[in-house]
Amino acid sequence: MTSPGRPPHQDLRLVTLVAAGGAVGSVARYLVSLVLPHEPGEWPWSTFAVNLAGAFLLGWLLEALARRGPETPRLRRVRLFFGTGMLGGFTTYSSLALDITQLTGDGTWPAALGYAGATLLLGTLAALLGVLLGARTPPSTFGRLLRGRDDR
Amino acid sequence: MTGLLAAVLVGVGGGLGAAVRFWAADTIKARRPDGFPWGTWIVNALGALLIGLVTGWLAFSDAGEHWHLLLAIGVCGGFTTFSTAIVETVTMMRGGRHAAAVGHALSTLAVSWAAVVAGFALMAALLG
Repeated sequence: MTSPGRPPHQDLRLVTLVAAGGAVGSVARYLVSLVLPHEPGEWPWSTFAVNLAGAFLLGWLLEALARRGPETPRLRRVRLFFGTGMLGGFTTYSSLALDITQLTGDGTWPAALGYAGATLLLGTLAALLGVLLGARTPPSTFGRLLRGRDDR
Repeated sequence: MTGLLAAVLVGVGGGLGAAVRFWAADTIKARRPDGFPWGTWIVNALGALLIGLVTGWLAFSDAGEHWHLLLAIGVCGGFTTFSTAIVETVTMMRGGRHAAAVGHALSTLAVSWAAVVAGFALMAALLG
């Protein structure tokens, strides 16, 4: 499926795969924001939640995949669709930064710093936890999806 | 606007944003393979500038909610990523590069914050 010699980000099929994952992840993020709505200037629980969950899941996914040995074309497609696409689209830095400016704009610097600090610290912890779990995920988990050997 | 249309706008924008992020971040990574993840760093700064511009434009114009869904929630949300950025911070930490990891996390946040402020201020100056 992958054209030989061409870097993944210049392979239209792989770029399309990332787009599909990004669409799914972005819609999921939007749905979470409907469940946990917030007004500008309030603590943005939905962005907070998707970013922490996404950090944990991406840490887990990338570590689990890395433990499968050299990246085969199928493992690369799994990484690009679920990792770069879905989790990349699910989490967001633009809303994080925007929400912080809306908190600082209101003059609520303690809330802005608290939100920024909590996101960075807990996000780091979540990603680390994901990595630890990924290192302990047996290759048989999720069947063929995460198996390293056989290809295509 | 129906809920389905809203979801389609977010999905189309998010898919487009994610595809451009993949292409842009890996293109930058290929040109600057110096151990600091510039690809994601630059993408997040640009996406923050864009959401500042979009938010400012929406605040000072009659543009409808569908633009917010397509451009801010969709394109900017899909283009920028928190998960990849923080996993890159953690990767630097695990490599023993603790100061670089802290610098990476704090500079991403500070530059993205400043980019939103700059984008919004520019639109306020143009349209306000």
